[in-house]
Amino acid sequence: MASSTVETLQSVIQPYKHGFVTEIESERAPKGLNEDTVRFISAKKDEPAWLLEWRLKAFRYWRDRMLPEGDPTWARVTYPKIDFQDAYYYSAPKTKEGPKSLDEVDPELLRTYEKLGIPLKEQERLQGIAVDAVFDSVSVATTYKAKLGEMGIVFCSFSEAVKTHPELIRQYLGSVVPYSDNFYATLNSAVFSDGSFVYIPPGVRCPMELSTYFRINAAETGQFERTLIVADKGSYVSYLEGCTAPMRDENQLHAAVVELITLDDATIKYSTVQNWYPGDENGKGGIYNFVTKRGACRGVNSKISWTQVETGSAITWKYPSCILQGDNSVGEFYSVAVTNNRQQADTGTKMIHMGKNTRSTIVSKGISAGHGQNTYRGLVRVSPKAEGARNHTQCDSLLIGDKCGAHTVPYIEVKNRSAKVEHEATTSKISDDQLFYCRQRGLSAEDAVSMIVNGFCREVLKELPMEFAVEAQKLLGISLEGSVG
Amino acid sequence: MSATTHALHLDRFEAVKAGLPGDGRARADALARYAKLGVPTSKLEAWHFTSLKPLDEAALAPSDAKVAVTAASVAAHALSTSHAHHQLVFVDGRFRADLSRIGTVPQGVVLVAWSASKALPKDLLAEAADAGAMRALNAAYAADGAILQVPAGIALPAPVHLIFLGASGAAHARNRITMGEGASATVLETYAGTGRYWTNAVTDISVAAGATLKHLKLQIESGEAFHTAATAAQVAAKGVFDSFVLSIGGKLARNEIDAVLTGEGGNVKLEGAYLARDRQHIDNTTTIDHAVAHCDSEERYRGVLDDHAYAAFQGRIVVRPDAQKTNAHQLNENLLLSDRAEIGSKPELEIHADDVKCGHGAAAGEIDEQALFYLRARGLGEAQARGMLIEAFVSELIDGIADEAIRDRFMAAVGGWLYDAQGARRAA
Repeated sequence: MASSTVETLQSVIQPYKHGFVTEIESERAPKGLNEDTVRFISAKKDEPAWLLEWRLKAFRYWRDRMLPEGDPTWARVTYPKIDFQDAYYYSAPKTKEGPKSLDEVDPELLRTYEKLGIPLKEQERLQGIAVDAVFDSVSVATTYKAKLGEMGIVFCSFSEAVKTHPELIRQYLGSVVPYSDNFYATLNSAVFSDGSFVYIPPGVRCPMELSTYFRINAAETGQFERTLIVADKGSYVSYLEGCTAPMRDENQLHAAVVELITLDDATIKYSTVQNWYPGDENGKGGIYNFVTKRGACRGVNSKISWTQVETGSAITWKYPSCILQGDNSVGEFYSVAVTNNRQQADTGTKMIHMGKNTRSTIVSKGISAGHGQNTYRGLVRVSPKAEGARNHTQCDSLLIGDKCGAHTVPYIEVKNRSAKVEHEATTSKISDDQLFYCRQRGLSAEDAVSMIVNGFCREVLKELPMEFAVEAQKLLGISLEGSVG
Repeated sequence: MSATTHALHLDRFEAVKAGLPGDGRARADALARYAKLGVPTSKLEAWHFTSLKPLDEAALAPSDAKVAVTAASVAAHALSTSHAHHQLVFVDGRFRADLSRIGTVPQGVVLVAWSASKALPKDLLAEAADAGAMRALNAAYAADGAILQVPAGIALPAPVHLIFLGASGAAHARNRITMGEGASATVLETYAGTGRYWTNAVTDISVAAGATLKHLKLQIESGEAFHTAATAAQVAAKGVFDSFVLSIGGKLARNEIDAVLTGEGGNVKLEGAYLARDRQHIDNTTTIDHAVAHCDSEERYRGVLDDHAYAAFQGRIVVRPDAQKTNAHQLNENLLLSDRAEIGSKPELEIHADDVKCGHGAAAGEIDEQALFYLRARGLGEAQARGMLIEAFVSELIDGIADEAIRDRFMAAVGGWLYDAQGARRAA
């Protein structure tokens, strides 16, 4: 105990050791993960001492307590063991090698864009190549920023917020997902590169949908993002997280953390359309999307609503959750998860009822095709004090083909008798009759499947903001291409 | 159960193994497997809701079956003698011929205890490679149990009643039921006792093509007892395995059922009810494995929880690749009577085939206020009205039991629980 404290102190006193000078110039931390990597990232971002200390605390916890036990194995996903020393934990955007023009981009990706209906200008921006596009997006972002600033809304990158609003970051960072939470969240706490910060002041209704979409820099920081959204009393915000650009990376680890906090009467609506690169038909490549998302309804009558459309990633491991602390608070989770080819998804939610008369709704739609494995894993817990809590859960699975799997693993823990908790799940397939009906009316097999799937997901898609919904519908069609006929 | 008790199990084996019947090699293998697996902890997904910590050393001493159990204490659990049945009694895991009434069985039917049998089935101690630690411990220590073999085409007219009474130490009874093609039988297992002891039972069942086994279990152990039991059933083509488990007793009780459908047209029905109060912990963990196409399964469990009681339900339905045209339904409903009672429910579907109809549901809540009001408005007292609603909730399932004597026995057990619960309420 004593000796470790001494070591800790020593390591704090010596902020920098050796061997980094050249590396700093190359804007990239050396391969591997140790305390120096964490210090490097923190120094690179010019962070205050308390934040470095927090990162180090997380790193040591991860190294000493979590790494020996290994990464979690309870989820129904299989992947080769990740070598955490064989990765870069910091890479500045500048050095990232992208294609120089659209001609160099994989034509497969371009076709996907066309089908999505993203204009060329935007395609360039999503690719992160054309300078003017980036320029455009920066100016777009700043225009909005000024407008939002007038209302007192803070919307900026995480590292910027550390400098401009340290008191808010210090108060809320890690207050929903503590640094010791789980394997990947702890890793994130140690090495997170950047992310978004949003603060909505009391009584303000954010006039527009906030989105990471505009901030190409934040999207490029990739692996370890950290998002923190605080909605003060009586405020409202709708936040869109767009990972709508297919990435080309091979088996890249993406371990983000999202923390939401709502105070009295506040509402946060958080929508995600995730379309990371899922790997090819044989399961080669693709993103490991191991994300911790959690919201705390701290105030009375507050509300957090998660909507997600997960079509990408080789592996998705993600459970956006709500801790319903305030009386009468509401948690919602609407999800569509698609797995095709060799994709694996283990996703769901946790609804922790603590306050009186708290309510939660879970609607999960899983679609499996090809060799895809799709698991809904969810927890509904009613604490002893959560008088009058109410939950309804609906999990539907659609199977396309006989090589895929659909699994449902709900955990229900009720510790208060006045609670009403209901869980329902069904499994079905696209029947030959349905297909025949559509084909008879001139639809191609793929259009027919796309239409039936969209009907199946309607309950969730209608929760998305409109422009996102359109995109999500198209994505569903693309993700399932080649799954029938 | 601590590390020392784990070690104790391993040490004790040397002392007792010479006196245990059957394949010594299989026992040693089982013990080695147990040593490797260790006592299950809540870190294991299958033991998510249940900890075996309370199962302490006092309950583990091997029983020497010398405890005085009289005919009178057996009679309390026996089926009504006005209905013909075959009764085998085991005390602390050992057969007691003096308390049993096997009677006559049709030609070819074998109904015998191990200790009275001339030839034990060879694979009596056989374990699947992925079997759990508690089963392994049973295979290592099992000393006795019932063997029922019903040859092809024979219907056993009267039910078989296996009574397991515990009084001290640990009892590792191991039963084997083999149903030949087209055979049929009804078997009731009753687990009861007095004081503090541990039952760790295993029943292995095979249902051949076209055979039917109705398997019922009444777990009404003493309030200080520990009960862990595993039932495994293999159901061949057009076979029927029909199970009902009523759990009322025990300080900590876990009942596992694993049913595998291995032939087309098979049918598995798992039903159960659990009633718990005080600080009881009752766990029902089931798996229905649809290994082949064209099989049906249905599962319904209902629970009533009072005081500080805790109940866990884990129901897993697996539909293997190519098990097309499967119909599988599962429902777990819970009634919470007290503010401190808790339920953990995990109905789980694992589906690898697309042309299937599967659904599951789970619900928890308190007694319907409107139903209560209805009864109160007709002049019933609060306690009486509540009792009536609870009884109705459970008897809806029990009413489906075909054998009248067993159905009556189950209803009486539920009635007894309600009576005690009301008494406790009045006293409080």
